[in-house]
Amino acid sequence: MNFKTPRTGGMLTLAALITIMPLFLPNSFYYDIVILIGINAIVCVGLNLLIGYTGQISLGHAGFFGIGAYFSGILGIEYAWPAFAAMLAGAVFVGVISFLVARPIMKLKGHYLAMGTLGMGIIISIILTQEGDLTGGPDGMPVNPFTVFGFSVYGEKTWYWIVGAVLLITVWLSLNLVDSPVGRALRSVHGSEVAAETLGVDVPHYKVLIFVASAVIASLAGSIYAHYAGFITPEEAGFIHSIELVTMVVLGGMASTFGAVVGAAILTILPQLLTVFHDYEMLAFGAILIGTMIFMRRGLVPTLASLFQRKLS
Amino acid sequence: MFAEFLQFLFSGITVGAIYALVGLGFAIIYNASHVINFAQGEFVMLGGMNTVFFISVGMPMPVAMLLAVVVTIFIGLALEKFAIEPARDASIVTLIIITIGASIFLRGAAQVIWGRNFHSLKPISGNDPVMIGGAAVLPQSLWVLGCTIVIVIALMFFFNRTLVGKAIVASAHNPLAARLVGINPRFIMLLSFGLSAMLGGIAGILIAPISLAYPGVGIMLGLKGFCAAILGGLGNPMGAIIAGLIVGISEAVTAGYISSAYKDAVAFIIILGVLFFKPSGLFGVRGTERV
Repeated sequence: MNFKTPRTGGMLTLAALITIMPLFLPNSFYYDIVILIGINAIVCVGLNLLIGYTGQISLGHAGFFGIGAYFSGILGIEYAWPAFAAMLAGAVFVGVISFLVARPIMKLKGHYLAMGTLGMGIIISIILTQEGDLTGGPDGMPVNPFTVFGFSVYGEKTWYWIVGAVLLITVWLSLNLVDSPVGRALRSVHGSEVAAETLGVDVPHYKVLIFVASAVIASLAGSIYAHYAGFITPEEAGFIHSIELVTMVVLGGMASTFGAVVGAAILTILPQLLTVFHDYEMLAFGAILIGTMIFMRRGLVPTLASLFQRKLS
Repeated sequence: MFAEFLQFLFSGITVGAIYALVGLGFAIIYNASHVINFAQGEFVMLGGMNTVFFISVGMPMPVAMLLAVVVTIFIGLALEKFAIEPARDASIVTLIIITIGASIFLRGAAQVIWGRNFHSLKPISGNDPVMIGGAAVLPQSLWVLGCTIVIVIALMFFFNRTLVGKAIVASAHNPLAARLVGINPRFIMLLSFGLSAMLGGIAGILIAPISLAYPGVGIMLGLKGFCAAILGGLGNPMGAIIAGLIVGISEAVTAGYISSAYKDAVAFIIILGVLFFKPSGLFGVRGTERV
């Protein structure tokens, strides 16, 4: 094994970070932030496959996150489904929905794609808001605790390890996918669809595949979030949340799996830090976003990585 | 029965005109720079909020409106100068995030300066409805319609008859050729942002008496304006205007006959339906991709 490759080295660093992190978390408030980072990172690693590697933007992935969350909530509370079954049902449903819309949506390019995915996300969030009998409407609904074999998961510390493990698995799968023939096909689609096609890459097939995969990951993360938080609102599926997810991916660095994790961490922590500014919170957030994107166009991790490499050589 | 339909039609045209103005703003900036400006809705918010503010400090209404538009134009110019210009050669996604950052920034600034409250603005000529064919139409609706028509005619004159307007059209068609004949692309971009901010600001002033003015008012208006721009075929100003009206009227008719709860979803259902069958919008030219 070569520990210096970003793949193995990065995986080990992430695993080590997750293992020693609890030593530095003084109370449940900090645990809460780190768990939210983990959940966002899971979605972002999936979304990065679509945006970063395949070059297809989605402004509606929070919709899939929301569907996952609400499946867990509704099936668990109204129909007393076991948590695992509800989570799987949500993932399957999102898989089918995303597969059905993927063909027509992935035909769109550039800003038209942005509009298509944005519209899809907003329609999902409007349905979740309006079907109040089922979803509790704009006020949201409570979610049962996560229960397997009669054992309920409670407390930040248990959730920390679950989210940490799921994140590691997601990152590992993503790294493997990117280094596989599928990953190379995805990157060729990003480079030039026509060139990819002439090389025999079935472009629509790969676009649909990765769209569905990232949607299902978002749905699973949504289910985890629902059980962890114990309460969900349609905002989880809303436009603003979709934008936050894309921003995490782009800020951390497109086409970088660890970039997606870093982006998720920064944009989850930043609002917490900015609360010291009280009313100026949004103002500062917007300014930081503009500044970073102007000065580090490729995102934090790729920009810093190339800076670091230049210093070494 | 017919009066009822007429009622929905009028309210649809009113909102539709606002979507058209916002969509037009998207189209102008897109033509000049291929940037989609997600802060377009914030211009609408700024138009309304600034007017409320200037009136509250004691200015007469026409002066307040004029000042509000001027301030909004300056904000549009500043946005181009300090956020878009430095990142001109960045990728589409990066530019989208920058304009989203700008819209968060402007919303945040509005909250700091004016607070989170809803403000009402007095209609330009009173609240007594005019009866047209059995439908009660607010005078403000007529103002919205009249102003939109005047703006559209003025813009047509500007783009077709003036040198500067023709320069914008030229650089939209072929940026390189436009540069070769001495058109400064930076100036064109700056101008297009100023122009779009002006349209947004005016739309904001016109709609404020109907929709109220508050920091978040621009989000949905901006997104639906974006819908109009895409539906009309991106970069096609006339398409954006017609699409804006289509969206507005469908919304009002849906709210009236089917369900007011799903009113906000109509624009997005239309856009998905159209894009699934015609990926370049209703009036968009089918582009050929250069390899």
